[in-house]
Amino acid sequence: MARFDLNDDSVVVIIGSGAGGGTLANELAQKGVKVVLLEAGARQSSATFVNDEWASFKQLAWLDKRTTSGSWQVAKDFPTLPAWLCKTVGGTTTHWAGASLRFHEHEFRARTTYGSVAGADLMDWPLTLADLEPYYAKAESKLGVTRTNGIPGLPGNNNFKVMYAGAKKLGYSECHTGRMAINSRPRDGRASCLQLGFCFQGCKSGAKWSTLYTDIPKGEATGNLELRTEAQALTIEHNDSGKVTGVVYADAKGNHQRQKARIVAVAGNSIETPRLLLNSATSKYPDGLANSSGQVGRHYMRHTTGSVYAIFEQPVNMFRGTTMAGIIMDEGRNDPSRGFVGGYEMETISLGLPFFAAFLSPGAWGSDFAYWMDNYSHVAGMWLVGEDMPRETNRVTLNTDVKDQFGLPVPNVHYDDHPNDIALRNHAYRQGERVYEAVGAIKTMRTPPYPSTHNLGTCRMSADPKLGVVNKHGQSHDIPNLFISDGSQYTTGAAENPTLTIVTLAIRQADYIADAMSKQMV
Amino acid sequence: MPDTSSDSTLTRGQMLHGTGILVGTLAASSALATLAPTRTWALALHALSQGESTTILQFARVLYPHRKLSSAVYALVVKDMDDEAAHDASIAALLRDGVASLDRAAGGTFASAAPAVQRAAVKSIQGTPFFSKVRGACISALYNNEMAFAHFGYGGSSWAKGGYIHRGFNDLTWLKEPPASASPPIRD
Repeated sequence: MARFDLNDDSVVVIIGSGAGGGTLANELAQKGVKVVLLEAGARQSSATFVNDEWASFKQLAWLDKRTTSGSWQVAKDFPTLPAWLCKTVGGTTTHWAGASLRFHEHEFRARTTYGSVAGADLMDWPLTLADLEPYYAKAESKLGVTRTNGIPGLPGNNNFKVMYAGAKKLGYSECHTGRMAINSRPRDGRASCLQLGFCFQGCKSGAKWSTLYTDIPKGEATGNLELRTEAQALTIEHNDSGKVTGVVYADAKGNHQRQKARIVAVAGNSIETPRLLLNSATSKYPDGLANSSGQVGRHYMRHTTGSVYAIFEQPVNMFRGTTMAGIIMDEGRNDPSRGFVGGYEMETISLGLPFFAAFLSPGAWGSDFAYWMDNYSHVAGMWLVGEDMPRETNRVTLNTDVKDQFGLPVPNVHYDDHPNDIALRNHAYRQGERVYEAVGAIKTMRTPPYPSTHNLGTCRMSADPKLGVVNKHGQSHDIPNLFISDGSQYTTGAAENPTLTIVTLAIRQADYIADAMSKQMV
Repeated sequence: MPDTSSDSTLTRGQMLHGTGILVGTLAASSALATLAPTRTWALALHALSQGESTTILQFARVLYPHRKLSSAVYALVVKDMDDEAAHDASIAALLRDGVASLDRAAGGTFASAAPAVQRAAVKSIQGTPFFSKVRGACISALYNNEMAFAHFGYGGSSWAKGGYIHRGFNDLTWLKEPPASASPPIRD
């Protein structure tokens, strides 16, 4: 196993071991680049994951103090939990459901396609689908995405059967068991899916891709990757000429350590990443690192997530099997005649009894709510994932009134729905209801957004350094040896689940970094 | 789980430690009756009185009314509240005062009031810290235990049983099977 000295300033230090950081770490290690990967969480495994929703949540979730503000319903329902993300080796790839869709071509050109939307800061990405296609292909092979690379689709569970029947009745044409990073047969040394029904709680069979048991051990095997767990980054340091020089982190005992670095790549997900940059402010960078544009923390996006659940006369037992068991893709198009720009995907979701009680209708009680619990085994459910508008005022800032366990200001997540978000979500709710009504739903429920599992945009890519934080390689405009490697890079949110694109960007960023290093450009 | 070893001579008044016991019986028809070693359950109390715990149990039944769900499951809410009260005097006071407020709202004794009176009393304390405390405890305790899983038909942990791939993950027959292009067969 690799072991690098704290004073070795030739290493690349990556903060965060999830889809972005874990992938980048392995890709660089495979190219012979020395990497120190800092992960705030502990290293779990398929053996230590638990098929128990609340216990798993305590095991994997990022539970450091956070605050919320704004008119979004999450601030009312979950004021101290804006996001369901993970503090563990593998990051949120331990928790994700595996949905792996490419962006549509037009989603990289949101401003050009949608036009100017008042109250939103739409911008085209400095990248096109054509730029990313070779990397999407590599990512789909890495993840083992079904319906790509000759990998068969997964078999559909009961929850999917209900969705499919309703979709067919409504005339939807793109309904199937999805493009999933879950093995439908043994592949890449990992087992095939057992339909456990606990995808969100860490995959105990290893069928679902996670950096935890793929990229990270592969990177470690090269001898070029050192993973340090329970190593929580506190600040990123820089020298007089403005280049970053290292990362100060708290180790498992709480002692501060300083790892020097030739390059720092930040992949702490879209709340922690901007927070780290802001908490690294100095007299030279009074607004935080990489923030001459003032855009660090801004344009926080979380997709217009809502769910529809429905009760049927016959049992569904939706909890049996994969959580995201299928998808309707028809509404993913851009079609302003629906009353909004951007599209949405309709994906099955299931919650176990404990989380169903907690999230179906937050705060609800009484006989109407009890009726839903009584009919739990007859419930089908879907999650509606749509493109939300980037807004300068939706942002992550430092809450200087509240300090974390290290004495640093916690992040505050401020969010106000844009009218386009509301129109899109309402359309999605209605279509979800119609799918279920078409096959005999007795009752339906519109479930409001959960704490966000898709968090994007807070260090966005831009061609113009005044309008964003990083360039098309995730390299910060201000500091050439500082990179952002997670979903914070997103210029706009698109409608698709973000992990595949984050992995894609990381594979491409690794090429860029290795090349720039070999040319002594960073 | 029910405390089946409880001394039969122990009554409400004869407490050396704690303040009482909550007892109940599982209905013969209950799915739980087949799971439990005996049909009697008991919960030893450490901070709450008999009356307070009975009130909180009835309060939980109004918040989340499942007529056929055994009191043994609602007692889990009481257990959580009793544990918290035993460790934190401010929680004990919150619960004590909250119970008193329910009794006042019910015009006497909440636990023995008519259902409609109970519902009105609960509505009247909506939004209070006591209401939020007990409601939150219900959400985390009522539906997160093996008894509730059996009652509501949730399979619970599946890894040790090999998942659902051979245990009915796709066994629904009241809809037509999707075509293989949408839902391919299992690859063994």
